[in-house]
Amino acid sequence: MAVTEPVAPAVVKPTTTNDPQSIADQIKAKYPDAVESLSAQGIVIRRDRLPDVARFLRDSPALSFDYLNNLTSVDYPDRFEVVYHLSSISRGGAPIALKVNVNRENPTVSSLVPVYRGADFQEREVYDMMGIRFAGHPNLRRILMWEGFEGYPLRKNYHEPYYEEEHKPFGTRWDQGHHVIAEDRNPWHDNVQYPPDLDATTYKPPRDEIRTAGIENVSVTKLRTDKIVLNIGPQHPSTHGVLRLKTTIDGETIVAVEPVLGYLHRNHEKIGERNTFLQNMPYTDRLDYFTSMANNHAYAIAVEKLMGVKVPERAEYIRVIMVELTRVIAHMSLLGFLYNDLGAFYTPLLYGLEERELVLDLFESVAGSRMMCNYMRFGGVARDLPEGWLDRCQYLVDERLPRVLDEMGNYLIGNEVFRARTKNVGILPRDLAINYSTAGPVLRGSGVKYDVRRAEPYSIYDRFDFDIPVGTNGDVYDRFMMRFWETQQSLRILKQALKQIPAGEIMTGKKNYQVRVPKGEAYGRGENPKGELGFYLVSDGSPNPYRYHVRAPSFINLGTLNEMAVGHKIADLIVILGSYDVVMGEVDR
Amino acid sequence: MAELTKPEPIVLVNSEEEWLEEQVRRSVWVTSWDKVIDLVDKLYNWGRRNSVWPMGFGLACCAIEMICTSASRFDISRFGMELFRASPRQADLMIVAGTVTKKMVPSIVRLYNQMAEPKYVLAMGACATAGGPFKEGYNVVSGVDKFLPVDVYVPGCPPTPQALLYGLMQLQAKIDHQSIRDVRWYKSGEADGIPEPVLGPDIFDPRRAEEINDLTAHPEKLQARALKIQTKLEHKAEKLAEEKKEAASKPAAAAPKPPEPPKT
Ligand code: SF4
Repeated sequence: MAVTEPVAPAVVKPTTTNDPQSIADQIKAKYPDAVESLSAQGIVIRRDRLPDVARFLRDSPALSFDYLNNLTSVDYPDRFEVVYHLSSISRGGAPIALKVNVNRENPTVSSLVPVYRGADFQEREVYDMMGIRFAGHPNLRRILMWEGFEGYPLRKNYHEPYYEEEHKPFGTRWDQGHHVIAEDRNPWHDNVQYPPDLDATTYKPPRDEIRTAGIENVSVTKLRTDKIVLNIGPQHPSTHGVLRLKTTIDGETIVAVEPVLGYLHRNHEKIGERNTFLQNMPYTDRLDYFTSMANNHAYAIAVEKLMGVKVPERAEYIRVIMVELTRVIAHMSLLGFLYNDLGAFYTPLLYGLEERELVLDLFESVAGSRMMCNYMRFGGVARDLPEGWLDRCQYLVDERLPRVLDEMGNYLIGNEVFRARTKNVGILPRDLAINYSTAGPVLRGSGVKYDVRRAEPYSIYDRFDFDIPVGTNGDVYDRFMMRFWETQQSLRILKQALKQIPAGEIMTGKKNYQVRVPKGEAYGRGENPKGELGFYLVSDGSPNPYRYHVRAPSFINLGTLNEMAVGHKIADLIVILGSYDVVMGEVDR
Repeated sequence: MAELTKPEPIVLVNSEEEWLEEQVRRSVWVTSWDKVIDLVDKLYNWGRRNSVWPMGFGLACCAIEMICTSASRFDISRFGMELFRASPRQADLMIVAGTVTKKMVPSIVRLYNQMAEPKYVLAMGACATAGGPFKEGYNVVSGVDKFLPVDVYVPGCPPTPQALLYGLMQLQAKIDHQSIRDVRWYKSGEADGIPEPVLGPDIFDPRRAEEINDLTAHPEKLQARALKIQTKLEHKAEKLAEEKKEAASKPAAAAPKPPEPPKT
């Protein structure tokens, strides 16, 4: 197979900034009637003009908004609003927000899948959760809930079976002991509710949801293989959790793969909108449960953007140290997990997990919990480092982790079987990687030098000296190597941070159990080990977020699975899936 | 075992019958049927408790701690449980490690039905026990015990590996107390599997279908089953109203009384 050369990024002089005013002017110059209104929160586009504007923004060389960061929707009392965050890979900078107003009676927008293929899963999610239809979407079906589920859960007027009140803290759980368990509150004594017309004795679920490994287009003529639909998962040792892959195969060759998601859909966003801002912090731990510290950081960034607080120096350093340690252990475990998928059962993984335990001990001593750290607060961190912590960390960073990483590299990278099975497998070309909105090592493995830490430097990442490694082929091997190289870079950052960390405060202001967040909206993001983790928050000035949306990198990355896997053998599918490093907690939320 | 007859000194016998009796006494081990079963139980349970093979089946975050438990530091193989089987047919123990969602629960029930007896279920973590932090979610089942019989619950979010190991030790204790006399898998008759829940407009258990039909047809019956809970605000408003009433009734009660004429 021809080795695809890395496409050199087109040298575009930054003629434009991501300033909404100038962008709106340029849109107006092209389509005078397209812009409805403009504010610091975003540019509101007329509904019927959306695909034109998106295409213009993507293709105009001066703008080149070629990357769709995030797509979501907000339910306002009088309308729905679909929000698109766009940015430019070559230029970097904060994303701009495009908005489209949709009426409540017949919510329809035209689909952006022809322009940004990364919109595919996200539009399906919006359809599933809000009931907004996307005209022209190739496969508009529910994605997280099952087909046949009643209601659109993220609409404000949808009440779940255990509904108590609009916002926490619930008045029903008050201090004089009036709390009643949720089961007693619900007439079914369970987390269910049924429409009055349900006939449970004869109910048949829609056909698609029954798991049938059926044969498609059976034509028994001569000896030739027919296409077979094979279900992998949701319980399968190599799907990394409860993921189901509906795979159509011809013999051993994959013809099509469709990930079926939602088996771990835990209603993160609905619960998040009932919670107060601070109550969401522990929930972010459970998004990507391998990297709780990094999730905390991204969420803190988003809320701090709204609040406008400044984080003290020491807290910034502590945050960076925690996040980079997380990156090291997440990537080191992946090196082992990928080998697991290749059939080297558990041995390489044990090397990664051994180091992980050492870092988890560090986390436990600062945060109190090994995995679910819940450590960061708005404007700082929860606790200062205990005595001797920095020395222990220093030892790991200077001596132990680099040594083990080198050792793993020596054993794993040169392995002949490994190379044979990963090189030129699951290739994702550069332009597709961008168009599909992939992020993190998947994007960079395809040769795109884009890292949020550099594109929109947050926290104190602009102070450190580190490189952004990129792959050349965009195959499984490159994505594996990305993890290896990124771990080296993280160790570099850690060394500098440990040297520079100052003494001082760890929190701005005093500790509060409830923060005041001014009215407004913000899209805050951080570079997680899996990619760009973004939080889109809308605040109406109350202690609870009005809208809380998580841009989950694993979820959007998975959209490319079909692209990568078609034409390969079934055994390669497992390896390709492993190279994403998906964590279902984040995919399904 | 303790009841074995002691060897006795050789005695001379007078008749053939006596001789026969003597032979029987010497070479046949006489004990009660119960004792034999106890012995078998002990052996049988000893074997089972030290080779519980869990099913390799992680649902959510807790699964990561389960993996850590099986890794080198905590080393689950000390208990003979390190063989995580990918197939339910080969597994003895289902560790439900993570949030059970409505979309997933039909598969979990099916997996449970596919496991061969003797089988056990361990609910690991707050989610599998009762719904955990996500309990109020519309897609979350409030604990796997709504559908499966659970043997051991391990609290925590996530439980530490030590806690999981303790839970497994509790399971071993439970196995130790079982006897082949009354375990369900040696009872006669066919054991039916648990019917798979159906994903309709919301999930329902087919065993409750009649009840559901009855209640959806009669909303007043349904309403009667829910507990009415006052919220703090309602409570406050009620109190205020009461106070107002009292305040209003006081002067009214006082009014009919004519003021006592001052005594002079
Ligand atoms: S109990 Fe906690 S750690 Fe375990 S699955 Fe539930 S949320 Fe995750």
